[in-house]
Amino acid sequence: MLTIRNLHKAYGHTVVLNGIDLDVHRGTTTIIIGPSGSGKSTLLNCMNLLEVPSEGSLQLGAYTFQFGPQQLLDAKTVRAFRQKTGMVFQGHHLFPHMSVLENVMEGLVIVRKQNKADARKKAEHLLEKVGLRRFVDKYPDQLSGGQQQRVGIARALALDPDILLYDEPTSALDPELVGEVLNVMKELAGEGMTQVVVTHEMHFAREVADQVIFLDQGRILERGTPAHVFAQSRSERVRQFLSRISHAWREDNAERRANAHSVI
Amino acid sequence: MTNERLQHMLDAAQQSIGPILHGTLLYTIPISLISFAIGLVLAVLVALANLSDYSLFNKPARFFVWIIRGTPILVQMFIVFYGLPNIGVVVEPFPTAILIFSLNEAAYNSEILRAAILSIPKGQWRAGESIGMSYAQVLRRIILPQAARVSVPPLGNAFIGLFKSTSLVTLITIADLFGAAKLVAASTFEPMTVYVIAALFYLFFCSLLSLGQTQLEKKFGKHAM
Repeated sequence: MLTIRNLHKAYGHTVVLNGIDLDVHRGTTTIIIGPSGSGKSTLLNCMNLLEVPSEGSLQLGAYTFQFGPQQLLDAKTVRAFRQKTGMVFQGHHLFPHMSVLENVMEGLVIVRKQNKADARKKAEHLLEKVGLRRFVDKYPDQLSGGQQQRVGIARALALDPDILLYDEPTSALDPELVGEVLNVMKELAGEGMTQVVVTHEMHFAREVADQVIFLDQGRILERGTPAHVFAQSRSERVRQFLSRISHAWREDNAERRANAHSVI
Repeated sequence: MTNERLQHMLDAAQQSIGPILHGTLLYTIPISLISFAIGLVLAVLVALANLSDYSLFNKPARFFVWIIRGTPILVQMFIVFYGLPNIGVVVEPFPTAILIFSLNEAAYNSEILRAAILSIPKGQWRAGESIGMSYAQVLRRIILPQAARVSVPPLGNAFIGLFKSTSLVTLITIADLFGAAKLVAASTFEPMTVYVIAALFYLFFCSLLSLGQTQLEKKFGKHAM
């Protein structure tokens, strides 16, 4: 469904993405892992065109983009495309001056020009889905980090995107709040939502991912099923990274796992 | 102090209240309100032009702010009111005051708004854009409402400053709060009494403005992150 070919992104002389080929199939969850500075977030931002790639191509449904120095993107097409790709940010970036309900309605009312009653109904339904129906009239600063992030997911879902992109959705959260967010993502995966997730939650990756991508210095070093990447990688770099991650991870693992199954 | 002297002071005080109130309601308050309103609208445009990546917009905006901030209000007012007639352009006192104060508010407040807009985290732009909003939509729905609440204290400050600065219009023949006081002081020979009363008038209205600012801050301060 999402097809990326030979994607490059450079800022001046700094090359961040160096020839990425990636296929994401409908209804699957793809996890992107890799050391910091490897280009994970940039790759994700390119999928929503928050960053415009320097070279290569991207295709999602009816949208095909060719990138290059001479290629100017049509602003209107870009905006339409972004509605097809929901984005969940590490720092949630909810709109602080709007209630939870208004946050979710905003895209429907302002971008889709839907009438408020319909938008409200839909927003309430989505908030129900992420377990926050009771919080519609609260403001983002009155919620916990996990709740904020779930509102962020509802906001991204509001425009019926074909694919949801998550940029480290749980790494800014207190450990005990991680589970409730991952549970929502798991549920969405179960419902057949197509998702691409940058995360270091290995347990989640093992359980939910159809495909794991290991990114290093702007290239894909390893790809495959979680079992393949986590257990059988031939790359020394991948094995090193994984052992370091799982080491750090094991320490607060018990606590997290207990929460991951108890919340919502 | 003799009784006679005291009586004279009280007479002067009594005589001054009417004209000062008249000047306040007819000139000081209207000039402040109109200039602030026009200045605020212009300030938004100047701030956005200043923040633009295009030199077609940001160069003129910076030039405008540079000129206005770099010259005294009084000198600008004299150029328009006493200078322009030299080249055949006559502007009445009241429009002169509105023009000069609007431009000054625009220049200074544009800097306040520019800083406020820059203080909103980049993530807010990205979040708006990620759901398909246009630049104008993000600005209107996400950025400006948040920038507005950040700007309330400095803008309140600016308005109080403006209210007091309008006393300069006395020098282009307007009988505003201070202008009226000046006339009464001259005719009664009681400058001390009359000017203290004028000062109390300014103090009263500025206190009202401070109170208003506090209320606005309370209203806007909710749910800031």
